[in-house]
Amino acid sequence: MSGLDSIAVADDDAIAEQRIRRCSAVWGWGIGLGIVVGWEIFTRLKIIDPYFFSSPMTIVSTFYVAATQGTLYLDIGYTSAATIVGFLIGVTSGALLGLSTWWSQIYGRVSEPYLVTFNAIPKLALAPILIIIFGIGFESKVALAVALTIVPAAMAACGGVKSVDKDLETLLFSLGARRFQVFAKVVVPWAMPWIVSSLRVNIGLALAGAIVGEFIASRFGVGRMILYAGQIMDINLVWVGVVVLSILALVMYAAVTTAERYLLKGMLHGSQPSAH
Amino acid sequence: MAMTKTAETVEARKLDVRTVSKIFSRDGRTVRALDPVSLTIREGRLISLIGPSGCGKSTLFNIIAGLLRPTTGDVLADGKSIVGRPGYVGYMLQKSLLLPWRTIMDNIILASEIRGVPKRDSMARAQTLIERYGLGGFEQHYPHELSGGMRQRTSLLRTMLYDRDVVLLDEPFGALDAQTRLLMQSWLLQVWSDLGKTILFVTHDIDEAIYLSDEIYVFTARPGRIKAHIEVTLSRPREQDAVTSAPFMDLKRQLLGLLNDEARIAEQQGSLQ
Repeated sequence: MSGLDSIAVADDDAIAEQRIRRCSAVWGWGIGLGIVVGWEIFTRLKIIDPYFFSSPMTIVSTFYVAATQGTLYLDIGYTSAATIVGFLIGVTSGALLGLSTWWSQIYGRVSEPYLVTFNAIPKLALAPILIIIFGIGFESKVALAVALTIVPAAMAACGGVKSVDKDLETLLFSLGARRFQVFAKVVVPWAMPWIVSSLRVNIGLALAGAIVGEFIASRFGVGRMILYAGQIMDINLVWVGVVVLSILALVMYAAVTTAERYLLKGMLHGSQPSAH
Repeated sequence: MAMTKTAETVEARKLDVRTVSKIFSRDGRTVRALDPVSLTIREGRLISLIGPSGCGKSTLFNIIAGLLRPTTGDVLADGKSIVGRPGYVGYMLQKSLLLPWRTIMDNIILASEIRGVPKRDSMARAQTLIERYGLGGFEQHYPHELSGGMRQRTSLLRTMLYDRDVVLLDEPFGALDAQTRLLMQSWLLQVWSDLGKTILFVTHDIDEAIYLSDEIYVFTARPGRIKAHIEVTLSRPREQDAVTSAPFMDLKRQLLGLLNDEARIAEQQGSLQ
């Protein structure tokens, strides 16, 4: 019998692992469902005031009306587009800015404190100026998303550049590599995990930028819809906006996570920044 | 014509290091890292440099590799100066320095890639080396999946595929455990005799120096100078048990004597700083 003990133990581990996974899945979904159902019940019983807190069923029907009779789909498209375009521009230019610090030590040292300073400025305070410059159209929303994402991306890339193994650079030079080859073959891939680790934060920041832009002045977008609904006291519609934005944020987060896995394929190494 | 050329190069001086010295200035202080040294390296030989830590061996290697300019002197490869011109010799360091995001294959062909050799050609050449020298089946693995010895093999094959006549190895087995080290030494001898490279080898290990080399240069403590130049006359190919033979022991005793004084001086220098 003793020979079977170890197998039994391994079996127990597998069973325990499976149980934990099943349990957490049940609890995870259960709590979410509980909140929605509780929300519905408590507002129906008037324990929570449905005027302020709406209710899931009302939100769904308001969503339906806004989608079929209003411009909700257009608004969602507008906000998503501004977020994604702003995110891509901000992250790309930020990463390039950060990576460029490798080319000159003096330039790198001079630019870093400026990056830190710009990072500390609450960029949303710049929103009115950006809207004056770029107008109330699509461009100003993109500009705000860029303003919010560019510095974190640059700082992440800068951090990656600073951590590059000097011996690897030496090795490439000893093989007769030119500077741009060292940059392309060592510096960029080395800094990649740093840049990628800033993406998840940045997609959220880009969305916030786009929405704030819409709050201030816009003709379209989920942010504008929320502002408008607030002004006419249509709290149900405000809730629709909040729910839509939450789902949008979740979807974009999931997309970035997937992109991350693709970008980091075979690029992970010991010195990457703290694991997510 | 071709025949005469080969006849000439048999005893050719592959590499000439002429009164090369290096003085570093750091924080207003000057440090003599290397006093003028001259070495004549003949083609196809395996030559060890041995000496206490900080004796300027790595400085000398960086100068030969063209990464550092000497304060005085010149380095000639096949009669032409290569001072300040990287890319004329293969160079391998103690750290394996593999790119972690590249597979073993892609690491080995790195140098050819930099030179712009078509990928298919260099992969075909690399494949032969990989299979012959014990890395078969690991082509598509990543460095972190390999043992320290395997990583050093990869690093050395990368240096070999770089295809320079002269190869500098700076303590390539210094970080390996004793057992792996012995295996790697025999392996290196095999690679060397197959490919016919001229190898300069830095080590702290006397046994390693004797077992591998044709000649040994003993360096003094800083500032580094050549203290002795010893020919190793043990016959080749050498078996592992050559290290227990009487001639080996004599050489070892001689080298130990030479190095002990220097180690003591280096120790004192260390405690003064």
